[in-house]
Amino acid sequence: MSNWPAETKVIGQSTPRIDGAVKVTGKARYSSDIQAVGWLYGMILRSKWPAAKISSVNLDKARQIPGIKAAVPVRDGAFTIRYYGEEIAAVCGTSKQACLDALRAIEVVADVKHEFVVNEREALKENSARVWDSGPNAPANPRPRENGNVDKAFSECDAVIEGFYSTPVQIHNPMETMGNTVSWTEEGLTAWSSTQGISSVRDGLAGALKLDHSKVRVITEYMGGGFGAKFGAGVEGVLAAKLSKEAKAPVRLMLTRFDQALAVGNRPSSFQKIKIGAKADGTLHAFEGENYGTAGIGAGGDSGGGGGGADIPMPYIYKVPNTRVKQSEVAVNAGAARAFRAPGHPPGSYGMESAMDDLAAKLGMDPLELRLKNDPHPIRQREYKLGAEKFGWREKYKKPGSSPGVVKTGIGCAGAAWPAGGGDRGTQGDAQINPDGTIEFRLGVQDIGTGTRTVIAVVAAELLGLKPEQITVRVGDTNFPPGPGSGGSTTAASVSPAVFDICQKALAQLQTQSGLADARGENWFAACKKLGVSPLVVHGQWQPNLSADRACGVQFAEVEVDTETGLVTLKKVVAVHDCGLIIDKLTLESQINGGVIMGMGYALYEERVMDDLSGVMLNPNFETYKLPGIADVPDIEVVLINMPERGVIGIGEPATVPTAGAIANAVFNAIGVRVGSLPITPAKILAALGKVPPAVSA
Amino acid sequence: MSRMKKTEPENFGAFSRRNFFKSLGTVAATAATAQVQSVAAELEKVNSEKIIGPNAVPVTLTVNGEKLQLLLEPRVTLLDALRNYSSLTGAKEGCDRATCGACTVLLGDTPIYACSKLAIEAQDQEITTVEGLAKNDKLTKVQQAFLDKDALQCGYCTPGFVMSVTALLKKNPHPNADDVKHACAGNTCRCGTHPRIIQAALKAAGVEVASKTEVIDYV
Ligand code: FES
Ligand code: FES
Repeated sequence: MSNWPAETKVIGQSTPRIDGAVKVTGKARYSSDIQAVGWLYGMILRSKWPAAKISSVNLDKARQIPGIKAAVPVRDGAFTIRYYGEEIAAVCGTSKQACLDALRAIEVVADVKHEFVVNEREALKENSARVWDSGPNAPANPRPRENGNVDKAFSECDAVIEGFYSTPVQIHNPMETMGNTVSWTEEGLTAWSSTQGISSVRDGLAGALKLDHSKVRVITEYMGGGFGAKFGAGVEGVLAAKLSKEAKAPVRLMLTRFDQALAVGNRPSSFQKIKIGAKADGTLHAFEGENYGTAGIGAGGDSGGGGGGADIPMPYIYKVPNTRVKQSEVAVNAGAARAFRAPGHPPGSYGMESAMDDLAAKLGMDPLELRLKNDPHPIRQREYKLGAEKFGWREKYKKPGSSPGVVKTGIGCAGAAWPAGGGDRGTQGDAQINPDGTIEFRLGVQDIGTGTRTVIAVVAAELLGLKPEQITVRVGDTNFPPGPGSGGSTTAASVSPAVFDICQKALAQLQTQSGLADARGENWFAACKKLGVSPLVVHGQWQPNLSADRACGVQFAEVEVDTETGLVTLKKVVAVHDCGLIIDKLTLESQINGGVIMGMGYALYEERVMDDLSGVMLNPNFETYKLPGIADVPDIEVVLINMPERGVIGIGEPATVPTAGAIANAVFNAIGVRVGSLPITPAKILAALGKVPPAVSA
Repeated sequence: MSRMKKTEPENFGAFSRRNFFKSLGTVAATAATAQVQSVAAELEKVNSEKIIGPNAVPVTLTVNGEKLQLLLEPRVTLLDALRNYSSLTGAKEGCDRATCGACTVLLGDTPIYACSKLAIEAQDQEITTVEGLAKNDKLTKVQQAFLDKDALQCGYCTPGFVMSVTALLKKNPHPNADDVKHACAGNTCRCGTHPRIIQAALKAAGVEVASKTEVIDYV
């Protein structure tokens, strides 16, 4: 049982976000809006070659461009370029226009290498160009991890399927690009950073610039999305700092949309070979999975699954008595991967859930039944049943490919598990209670867009008997008590217990100082008045029994597939999720909508396209890298499983995990053939239907 | 008012004849043999105009009812003029190439991408940015509906969507969901607020769409 009050007035309601008004009026100052006094504009020169040895970078001519105040190379001396878009140098000046001119004036002496590789399959070949001189692009013989006796188990199965499922590299593309305004003076360094981790940026800058932590302050009042890409100081942060020092002025260096696509993270690709065997009743008996993918130049070793980089959890949420898993990460000449909303899980869910539907077809079973038979988790079991009812699964389900007509309909489902979502035990915070009854919370977290400020206000309002709008919340400053990065869906579960602790302490102290038996609600102002002239400042920290980790979630999708054009239209998604104690229904729903829509992009539109011959990314912008638009989004119904006894659990990541699998299965159900590759484009549909030849790939 | 000479009446989205000839340049223009005479006359007229730039020139913008006197290179976009040369940072930069709509402002009543219009071309017209909507701190119906419906998450795309929906309601006070989708087709949101934006736009037009979310107890 959690320590939250059994009856709540504010918690669990729909509370509009407390910083909504400043956001809809344009008053909110995002990191990219900061105009520090005397600020200069900064820009980065990037490599136009996928591989090169740079022997010198001459910035003299760039420095002479009118308006240019400083220019710095990314490194002194010679260095190696390993991907198109890698940083070479940076300039700052009084206008963007001056910077554009200066970038053109930089002279780079480079020995352009013609050996590079941007295609995973090519990179695996023995004679492939090497991304790193130190070794091959992937471990020669990744060690498989085996449980049970897989070969024997397959021979005992009544039905066996083998499938190949692949997922592309996906780009985070937050609407606000990465970047900072940095002011570096004798006193120290201040960075207004577009980050989801003010502390990690502070530590990163301090480390890279050899400064004391106490000399670096990071401020993020408002930031425009991160999705996992924005934890570190980044090369761009360090360059901005160096420019600021040289120019003796604050420098705003925000990445361009192109920079964002090339160099600051992505979700690794996956190429999954999956073999599953089951008994006649559908019980899973044997699993064999082989996967490789690329995290760009961020090559790693091999592992049995679940690690960082390109590894994915296999066989995802299912317990199979006999499993063999082999995974490897293959380096290519492209920007390195970073954490991306539920790392490993969307590809993991997509591959395994696709294979489950292929198995169901082979067994002649309803794929929902196959899941109910095999899914080991009681919460997901309940979610499948509730969701199926709401979605109308039984009425809508028909055998794969049996939809009549040119435009075919289909349905599919898939499940998610998110191991994190609990709180960060180091989270701390302060509240200052003034004699006039105003109260301000200060926590060193940041609001990535999920509504962290609002969560803090709702929890405080509940415990103090006030209204959320009476609570002032200040976040996004490393001068406040430390908080976690906004990642792993941990923020709500980190700050809520800390605010709980602060409120308990505040009430106890107010009680002592005011002599009132209960300082909450209608007594609040009287109690605060008794403070006299000095405000009460209380410090609190994360406490146990108020939050939990591990969330489930299942989603159902309904599609229409036009078999003449290959176009997939997503009609409806029912998303069933559990996240413990619901703090704010409104912002929670928003996050689930957002997860579904991002998953839809992954399923149908998004893909980094590299040109094998030039090594260049072909779609580093929004006209060619397709995101879901407002006309694409389906009717989304959200079902929340209320489990207050578990305490607070994060939702941001689980909400995006099962979408692609559910859509892919719905497409399979509609046309009766598997498109084993995301994104499911019209061309792939038509190829699967035999109407056009398949795309030629290397 | 601006001292700049008023050019031909603005026809938004279409080339003016004069700009067309300017952009053609001498060689291409003289090659158009059909109307050599009139082309030559046109060129002469164009060439007699004072060439502005590449150095900074005075530019006067009328933004949210106030005059902004700026000194800008002619290549500075309206978005950069607002964000980098004034304190109006409400319009956001998401792509700087007409693909995301974060920079949407109104030119008269027409929503435009401020990143894709030169500041010097936006003179003599009323420009409204997101900061110019709420009067005396009172949110407009559209802004209030965005807030009530939580049609924002990180909020970086929000000013653009608010402007697109505001422009829609000016033109069509009773839109349906398809009208909203059409009006916002040029706006991108990565956080996935789209369903809420449709609800908010309809709410601002007086139509309440209830959320379908259900909360069910586990036990
Ligand atoms: S910044 Fe203007 S459309 Fe993207
Ligand atoms: S709310 Fe974040 S991009 Fe739209």
